[in-house]
This record gives sequence, structure tokens and C-alpha cells, in this order.
Amino acid sequence: MIYLENIGRYFLMLKSVFSKMTKWSMLRNLIFKEIDDLIIGSMGIVCFISFFVGGVVAIQTALNINNPLIPKYLVGFATRQSVILEFAPTFISIIMAGKVGSFITSSIGTMRVTEQIDALEVMGVNSLNYLVFPKIVALALYPFVITIAMFLGVFGGWLASIYGGFSTSADFIQGLQIEFIPFHVTYAFIKTFLFSFVLATIPSFYGYYMKGGALEVGKASTTSFVWTSVVIILINYLITQLLLT
Amino acid sequence: MIEVKNIKKSFDGVEILKGISTTFDKGKTNLIIGQSGSGKTVFLKSLLGLHIPEEGAILFDGKDYKSLSSKEQRELRTEMGMVFQGSALFDSMTVSENVMFPLRMFTNQAVSEMQDRVDIVLKRVKLIDAHHKFPAETSGGMQKRVAIARAIVMNPKYLFCDEPNSGLDPKTAIVIDNLIQEITDEYNITTVINTHDMNSVMEIGEKIVFLKNGIKAWEGTNKEIFKTDNESVTDFVYSSDLFKKVREVYLKELKE
Ligand SMILES: Nc1ncnc2c1ncn2[C@@H]1O[C@H](COP(=O)(O)OP(=O)(O)OP(=O)(O)O)[C@@H](O)[C@H]1O
Ligand SMILES: [Mg+2]
Repeated sequence: MIYLENIGRYFLMLKSVFSKMTKWSMLRNLIFKEIDDLIIGSMGIVCFISFFVGGVVAIQTALNINNPLIPKYLVGFATRQSVILEFAPTFISIIMAGKVGSFITSSIGTMRVTEQIDALEVMGVNSLNYLVFPKIVALALYPFVITIAMFLGVFGGWLASIYGGFSTSADFIQGLQIEFIPFHVTYAFIKTFLFSFVLATIPSFYGYYMKGGALEVGKASTTSFVWTSVVIILINYLITQLLLT
Repeated sequence: MIEVKNIKKSFDGVEILKGISTTFDKGKTNLIIGQSGSGKTVFLKSLLGLHIPEEGAILFDGKDYKSLSSKEQRELRTEMGMVFQGSALFDSMTVSENVMFPLRMFTNQAVSEMQDRVDIVLKRVKLIDAHHKFPAETSGGMQKRVAIARAIVMNPKYLFCDEPNSGLDPKTAIVIDNLIQEITDEYNITTVINTHDMNSVMEIGEKIVFLKNGIKAWEGTNKEIFKTDNESVTDFVYSSDLFKKVREVYLKELKE
């Protein structure tokens, strides 16, 4: 029952987010600030993880093919497929649910418990638009983060294969190019775009509607991480079923 | 002037406000007193529209809040200033950005014009030297004063303060009380203050509404509160020996 109620409230929240817009001159500053916090601030960890996980994917693939009949380029091929299809869009989004999501929930939640949201409302500001809309816009740049994650993942795989002696550069690059289906990239970006919306709105929901004090802010962040991840995984499943089969 | 007509508010089936009616006059400091948990904050937030009462009406200079469109409600709210129990300053902004916020949000003034207005109100609350500090870098009393500055920067018609001097030393508390009263008088604001500070009651209680268990148990002025025989009021106001003595002396003086 509570789940249904929350889903209803979530959609009502979205409706308010897009109604009664805040003054553009204010919004613009907020959007830049959010881009700095949410996008630029996540670049470091995303780059680090992509590079090394890309490397590990390449090594694992190489180690698991002993059969001489399997072509050498498979390492490059497998790295490309796993990085572009799943690792960069989905895995990185789960990490972002932890990093960006808990940041959003705790910052909005703190504003709730310290009555800063009430203060906004009393002034006549649409607090949902003021707080959530800039986050949605800022996270619309999230696909760029994922593009970088894709490049670094593949690059990490290439470096690891060459330096580990698992594949030659030529074989790896041949693998990257073979049987390339452009639609896979479209598919990856469609889901990335949906994830960016989820990453901005679900954590905001848990922050905005929380009750209680500082302790509950911590709890809300955890709950928000769990549900953001669950929704990302479910959307991933649905989109894959719809677009790739 | 604010007229409150028989408002009722419950949470999860528990009635917190059980039908309260009163009026708050313009240019006066109106006080709401009552024990902790008696519903003062709920009452104030109902006046502001942060809680929606299930029954009753609230009239701002004759306009019924409930019957306004949501656009008109927001417009009316820009004429209100509120000082929250915990100050509720935006902690990502400096003191002067906090005070400037309503101006930036709701006016189209040039930055220099807004800055002048901010300087005026910050001087008024004696905080001009702290304008560049963040709320976390200021004391509780300073935060209260910033909150007051932010609440009055738009020249509100209605000012609401939820325990503006709780947690402050007696001297700072009096400074804040006097500040609120002066502002009320100067700009002819309808001011409503929640408090359980007896000093405030004596000093600035031009009208006092006493809440008990969700109903209005008494109302009057700070002169009348000395004389009243209403037991729940005397129980609450004169619960300390000091105030009992103050009352005796005052009543004696009156007789002479
Ligand atoms: N949002 C809410 N949901 C449920 N109950 C609430 C809510 N807000 C207040 N209450 C209840 O209403 C009652 C009155 O609370 P209120 O905060 O108005 O007291 P108060 O008079 O302001 O007390 P204090 O002087 O301590 O600030 C309390 O019993 C409180 O538990
Ligand atoms: Mg209170």
C-alpha cells in the first residue's frame, strides 16, 4: 500500500516540479551550481572506475579463452560490448545513485528538517521547482559523463591487453570494429537518459518528503539509494527487453 | 489585520487546534503564549498556509486565504515575513545573500539597488559587519537577527516570529524583542509572535492569546494579564516564584 502511495506522490511531485517556474536569472545560477556539484564533481570517480574496470573486463575475457579456435580479436570485441552496453550506462549509474543520489537526498533532507523548505514556501517560492528542476537540467548532461566512461573503459581494456600481453593492439582494435551495431549506442544512450532523470528525481523525492531530524536524513539517504538502484535495474531490464529483443 | 475564525487542525486523527478564533491588529505586537506542545507552532504555520486547517477561515485584511487562487496565495505570501523557530537560514548562502534572496526572487531591481536595501536592513539589525559570513559561522543570536532581516527586507505587511528569542541570553532576547516591536511600529506591520518567554510577555505583549490544549483559554493585554483571575493563565504565567512576586508588587502598586 505504502509503495502505491509513494508512486502516486512521486508523480504528483513531478507535476509540481514543472509548474510555476522560478525566475530564469535565479534558475540559471542554480543550474550552473548543480552542474558543478553533480556532474563535474563526479568526473573523478567515474573516470577512475571506468578505466580500471575496462582493464579488468579485458583481462578476464582473455583469461577465459584458452581455445585456439576462438579468434584473438575477441578480447577487444567483448570489452567493447560489455563496456558500452552495460558497464558504462548501468554500472556507473548505480555508483552515481550512491554518490549523487545520497548527496541530493541529504542536502534536500537537511533543508527540510531545518525548515529551509518551509522558508522558501512562505516566501511564495515553488520549492519543488527551485530545488529539483535545476538538478534535472544539470543531470541532462549525464550522458556526456557516460560517453567519457565508455571511452575510458575501452581505453583501459586496450592498455591492459597490450601491457598484460593478452592481445596485440591490432587485434584489439579489429575486435572493437567488428560487428559494430550503431543501434547499441543509441540503446545505451536512451537508457542513460532515463537513468539521469531517475537519478535527479528519486533522491529528491526521498529528501523532500522526509520527516524527522538529522538521524532520519541518514536513513532517508540509504532508502533513496536502495530505491534509485532498484528503479535503475528495473528500467534497464525493461528497456533491454523492449529495444534489443 | 488578521482575523482567525474557528480554525481546526488535526494530525493523524488527533485534534491539535480545536477551533480558535481571534484577531491580530495592525501595528501591534500580538503574542501567542502557551506550554510547549500546546500547538503554537501549528497555529502559526496554519496562519502562513504551511498547514491547511480542516475547518475555519483566516482573513488577511478581509481576504479569505482559502478562497484565493494559488497564484493569489503566492502573491499574498510575498507580503508575509516569517522568522522560524530554528532561523531556517539558507546555509549555502552568506548573510547578505540570505537577506537579498527575496529581493532577487521577487523584484527586478538592479543589484546595486538591492544591495542598498540589504545594507539598510542589516544595519537595522546591527549585523552589517557580518554580511560576508555564512550562517554556520555566526552565533544563534546573530542567526535570529539575520532571519528577522530576511523577513522584513520586502517590507512585509504581516510578520510572524516563532520563538524569536528562545535559547538566547536575557540581554540579547530583550534586544530582539525591542527590535521586533520597533519594526512593527515603524512600518505598521501586523506582527504575530509565539513565545514562552515571560519577559517578552511583560515587555511587548500588546495583545496576548493564551493557548491551552488546542483552545484559546484567555486573551488580553500585558496590563490585563497581571490582573486576571483565570486560573490556567496564572498557573502558566506565574509558575515561577519570581513572577509571583512581580505580580504581587505590581498589584500592590495599582491599588496605591
Ligand atoms: N507535522 C506534524 N505531524 C503530526 N503532529 C504534529 C505535527 N506538528 C506538530 N504536531 C503535534 O502538535 C502538537 C503541538 O505542536 P507544536 O509544535 O505546535 O507545539 P508548540 O506549542 O509550538 O511547542 P514548543 O513551544 O515546544 O515549540 C504536538 O503534540 C506535536 O506532536
Ligand atoms: Mg513551537
